Amino acid sequence: MFYIRVTVRDALNQAMDEELERDERVFLLGEEVAQYDGAYKVSRGLWKKYGDKRIIDTPITEMGFAGIAVGAAMAGLRPICEFMTFNFSMQAIDQVINSAAKTYYMSAGRQSVPIVFRGPNGASAGVAAQHSQCFAAWYGHCPGLKVVSPWSAEDARGLLKSAIRDDNPVVFLENELMYGVPFEMSEESQSKDFLIPIGKAKIERQGNHITVVSHSRMVSLCLDAAAVLAKEGIECEVINMRTIRPLDAEAIETSVMKTNHLITVEGGWPQFGVGGEILARIMEGPAFNYLDAPAVRVTGVDIPMPYAKILEDNSVPQIKDIIFSVKKTLNA
Amino acid sequence: MVNIFAYFIRYPNSVRSKILGCDLHRLDEGPSVQTVLTREDGLRYYRTMQTMRRMELKADQLYKQKIIRGFCHLYDGQEACAVGIEAGISPTDHLITAYRSHGYTYTRGVSVKEIMAELTGRSGGVAKGKGGSMHMYAKNFYGGNGIVGAQVPLGAGVALACQYQGKNEVCVTLYGDGAANQGQIFESFNMAALWKLPCIFICENNKYGMGTSVERASASTDYYKRGDYIPGLRVDGMDVLSVREATRFAADYCRSGKGPILMELQTYRYHGHSMSDPGVSYRTREEIQEIRSKSDPITMLKDCMISRNMASLEEIKDIDATVRKEIEEAAQFATSDPEPPLEDLCKHIFYNDAPLEVRGTHPWMRLKSIS
Repeated sequence: MFYIRVTVRDALNQAMDEELERDERVFLLGEEVAQYDGAYKVSRGLWKKYGDKRIIDTPITEMGFAGIAVGAAMAGLRPICEFMTFNFSMQAIDQVINSAAKTYYMSAGRQSVPIVFRGPNGASAGVAAQHSQCFAAWYGHCPGLKVVSPWSAEDARGLLKSAIRDDNPVVFLENELMYGVPFEMSEESQSKDFLIPIGKAKIERQGNHITVVSHSRMVSLCLDAAAVLAKEGIECEVINMRTIRPLDAEAIETSVMKTNHLITVEGGWPQFGVGGEILARIMEGPAFNYLDAPAVRVTGVDIPMPYAKILEDNSVPQIKDIIFSVKKTLNA
Repeated sequence: MVNIFAYFIRYPNSVRSKILGCDLHRLDEGPSVQTVLTREDGLRYYRTMQTMRRMELKADQLYKQKIIRGFCHLYDGQEACAVGIEAGISPTDHLITAYRSHGYTYTRGVSVKEIMAELTGRSGGVAKGKGGSMHMYAKNFYGGNGIVGAQVPLGAGVALACQYQGKNEVCVTLYGDGAANQGQIFESFNMAALWKLPCIFICENNKYGMGTSVERASASTDYYKRGDYIPGLRVDGMDVLSVREATRFAADYCRSGKGPILMELQTYRYHGHSMSDPGVSYRTREEIQEIRSKSDPITMLKDCMISRNMASLEEIKDIDATVRKEIEEAAQFATSDPEPPLEDLCKHIFYNDAPLEVRGTHPWMRLKSIS
């Protein structure tokens, strides 16, 4: 088996490069994506290769350029609209929801919007309250959108390619802290047509005692927690959601029916969040009767993100919080 | 009813007409003040405007009978704008507007029948009853948009696609005097000018943003100058020929690669902002009546054609009768066509996608969505 080590950043870069090459209607726009090589270097080298027409630096006007991207998608192009972070997408959220997500439905199928909105989402390190919000729940709430949250380099590559080839609006939530993390990627995943289907979760680690569902960076912490718990004889089944909307409830239900225990782990705030949705679905579906204990959520603390390192560290789930919650659920 | 006299009367094929000059901003020259009106064009503009007028008045009627519900923003009074603009561009050009959109939906090729059936929420509507008054689409027509100002960046984006695809097409992007103060419009101006997008920004200034007069909303009411570094022209929006000439001028400007241009059309709406606004609490009935009697776009064109012997009163009356009939038939259809079937409820969430399950109002209601 042939493996190479690729960082999430490089996987995203390669995916965009290949899709730009494959379809000339694809183009990238956003702040600093061209001549600066990307604020986080995700688009490094693309402007040099494809030029001004395909890689466009925008002024700092999110509402305007997001609307321009949506209009371009309506008129036959396939834009990738980068938000430097999803915090800034709040300024443009009307264009994402009202102009992009709802249009295919309102037009009864006459007008499609093949667009990808991508950028880093959620907490970073030391960037404080206005730059650390997780938008998975906000975008995941809306019909007409697909919302994707990759974890590994393979996720990033396969899901971004799928998102770009998808004929519908896709919100693609990356994570800044994951950009530099290398993963082993199979030879198969290096193929130019390697696609991961949107809407399907992946079991990253099999286990029989408890189902642990997560997305994005938190998957790393769940796997670390699972390794620690394994030493004590507790086998966690760690599910990487990969997609927030449409949610792969079936994968979670199948796992819960096997393990009889469930916790969800996310970086975002607890109220009306991703974990809340998963728990509600489990309650309403066939897996409820298989639960031996109430399902619980591990989430970010319900506060704006503080700056001081000790406070910030204690504002998001840590490995010990996951371990604690697993044990409490199993002993309940 | 055929007017047999028409065979005997000789009409001039065309006349030279002098139109009002435009106020210019950052332009050395404006559209020509001389234009040629052919009989064929004149009759067509008349018929189109009359159709739009009667369609809107019928919608008023149906709304009062509660057959149309929700929002209904009528365009009567502003017909010369939609017709003049369409006359100045081609069907291969693009257009986007806000919610006062029934007129543009018609000029962009949707039948009166399909428009009215959409207003009444029936399956024969242009959006199968799923969009309503503000969400009608057609080829190269991107609606119908409900959020004030949001259509302007969209229009600039369509213009970007025109430029990108190199087909020498332009996008007409409309907004009102109320929307003119939106920040996203200035963001669009900036990018359109920076990238020289072939975008004709058009402000339809009908003097009132809902119940707020332009003087109460804008620090500057010179909307044609608000593009600052973007050249602008202010046009008499009640004269279909002025609008046509200005649009031709603007389209030429954009097609030559000079970048965006801004047009302000001074126009007027007879109805209130929407059907829930009687329209007389913030303006006088005298004002409305004055415009109707002195500046009505349809009357002005009719008078012009008749006084220049380009059409007879008989002919005009024939057209009126034909239009009335068309509108009646469309209204008939719109009131008798069935509502969309419940099976359509969850369709059209995603394009070109596998069927997906949609949650209903409770967990036991599992609906299906197909593309």
